[in-house]
Amino acid sequence: MNNDAASTVPEYIRTDALEQAINAARTLSRPLLIKGEPGTGKTELAIDVARQAGLTLHSWHIKSTTRAQQGLYEYDAVSRLRDSQLGDARVNDISNYIVKGVLWEAFESAEPSVVLIDEIDKADIEFPNDLLQEIDRMSFDVYETKQTIEAIHRPLVIITSNNEKELPDAFLRRCFFHYIEFPDRATMERIVHAHHPNIKQDLLRDALTVFFDLRELPGLKKKPSTSELLDWLKLLVADDLSAQSLGANDLRTVLPKLHGALLKNEQDVHLFERLVFLHRQRTRTQ
Amino acid sequence: MLLDFFENLRRAQLRVTLPEYLTLLDALSKGVGTGSLDNLYTTSRMMLIKDETLYDRFDQVFGAYWEGRELSFNTLFEDIPEEWLDPTQRPALSAEDMAAVEAMGGWDKLMETLAERIKEQDEAHHGGSKWVGTGGTSPFGHSGYNPLGVRIGGNSKHRRATKVWQERKYKDLDNDLELGTRNFKMALRKLRKMAKSEREDKLDLDTTIRQTAHNGGLLDIHMTGERKNAVKVLLLLDVGGSMDWHARITSELFSAAASEFGRLEYYYFHNFIYEGVWKENQRRHTDRVSIDELQRTYSRDHRLILVGDASMSPYEIVAPGGSVEHWNEEPGAVWAQRLLQAFPHCVWLNPEPKVHWGHTQSIGIVQQLMGDRMQPLTVHGIQEAIVQLKKPLVPS
Repeated sequence: MNNDAASTVPEYIRTDALEQAINAARTLSRPLLIKGEPGTGKTELAIDVARQAGLTLHSWHIKSTTRAQQGLYEYDAVSRLRDSQLGDARVNDISNYIVKGVLWEAFESAEPSVVLIDEIDKADIEFPNDLLQEIDRMSFDVYETKQTIEAIHRPLVIITSNNEKELPDAFLRRCFFHYIEFPDRATMERIVHAHHPNIKQDLLRDALTVFFDLRELPGLKKKPSTSELLDWLKLLVADDLSAQSLGANDLRTVLPKLHGALLKNEQDVHLFERLVFLHRQRTRTQ
Repeated sequence: MLLDFFENLRRAQLRVTLPEYLTLLDALSKGVGTGSLDNLYTTSRMMLIKDETLYDRFDQVFGAYWEGRELSFNTLFEDIPEEWLDPTQRPALSAEDMAAVEAMGGWDKLMETLAERIKEQDEAHHGGSKWVGTGGTSPFGHSGYNPLGVRIGGNSKHRRATKVWQERKYKDLDNDLELGTRNFKMALRKLRKMAKSEREDKLDLDTTIRQTAHNGGLLDIHMTGERKNAVKVLLLLDVGGSMDWHARITSELFSAAASEFGRLEYYYFHNFIYEGVWKENQRRHTDRVSIDELQRTYSRDHRLILVGDASMSPYEIVAPGGSVEHWNEEPGAVWAQRLLQAFPHCVWLNPEPKVHWGHTQSIGIVQQLMGDRMQPLTVHGIQEAIVQLKKPLVPS
């Protein structure tokens, strides 16, 4: 891929249901919770929504140690303690030690914006509950400085989850929910075209056959997802491989070229090799 | 009119709340989700259902509700050709199925119930979970025995083109589905949760320092829960016949989670617990481990999980010599009680669908023995089982 292609972001393919979900969330200004298999483009969706509507995107990536408070603001007490030891004059104004969080910045922004709370399930189970009020009322209090921060424009909040933890009911009740299904073949073709507009038709057809067959393989630990398909195709295009070399008609006999992009752990590769081996034996004895 | 729909959802055990319903009405009044039934479907699903495992149930209620607006189930019932209801045309039944039929009071009674249910369904505005023919939750439509149920929905001349909610494509996501390769991962996650459920308090040094600084130097102590993977599991699996597949999938499931447990041991039995269990099926007659030995080897805090269909002749449980494999001096029930005394944190997982439990006497006996600690082998069942495992059956 050359630089020009890299700078133009491929179009994000939305299904009708997804389109409706986004519209409803914007119209009623409710948070939208997105779930789906890993690699189905949950995070990309938020980026795309912001880009399409020309809004600023405030992303907040959640880790297992993230606390809800960090999204609002943090009071850097340790710096203040240190400064007080050194006799710094800033110490007297507590607001010098308030660090704004993602939500504060979004609430403050002069134009409507999109807030992405990415992988909310990574955090502690109490995390979503701690954000209920803030997301509902779109305002919060800063106790240290006795301020109330209110959103100028209610931002569109998009929350993604990988289903690693269950989310509390009270939180779910306030959200709209959309489950991104794994795309069917036709949708997948559109997605691939958006990313690799110049791909050869026969290569695409065979690659998709290999890909969907692979997903059907029983016992795979990690099924290849959309993002992995796109990576794989990128490699295939870069190597300028022909459709024949994929062996799509005979998935059971060869490991697809550059399979490392699709199969991500050695058990899966072994499983696949074993199937290939069994199949060869069977064809030989016949 | 949507209030009926809302009530149907509640009746189908979907926990839809009033605020969510009001949000939907709000959305509709703003023109979101109006226009077509498809729009209404996506919009209402998005606002009312927050869990993809419940999509399938929602699809069913939605489909039934809107289908019901167009044709009544009474006329539908009249559409069924006579020969379907003719007892002489019934498909070949296995002994088990016959027993199930007899348990319901015979063929005629069954047909009566069917007629009643269809009537009831109309009156109840097609809600609820005992549909004729939606498979699994009703005696009508079980494993080909009652193709009637399926045909009632499928062959009607009023049938329109298939809608999204009729495809039932979220069926595999349902948590009440029998455990298989598809929902294996979900079950595994639940088990991991169980392994991590035990906590212990310890001093949180970092927070204590931070909060003390916050406090202007006054000590402010904070405790934290430390996760401890110390859950020990003793898994007893019923093998033989139809149970083999379930035994395999269960042992795979637990092995996959093995690294999360403090200890995981498994043994096999056939039909019911007697003097001993075994580790290898080939040497089941020579290398037995007695219940006494289990009791001596494993401590009381092991979680005992029995997996079996518990479907057998009641004599196999309650009578001496009831075992199908050998002569047992003492009845299985006595051995089972000893086992439960030794490992009070116990549960029985049954791969048979829960709706059929009532038809088998022995399942009732086992349930009683287990103090009602029997759960279906589904993701949901495992979740329930984990809760039950926390409390001992008998006080230790």
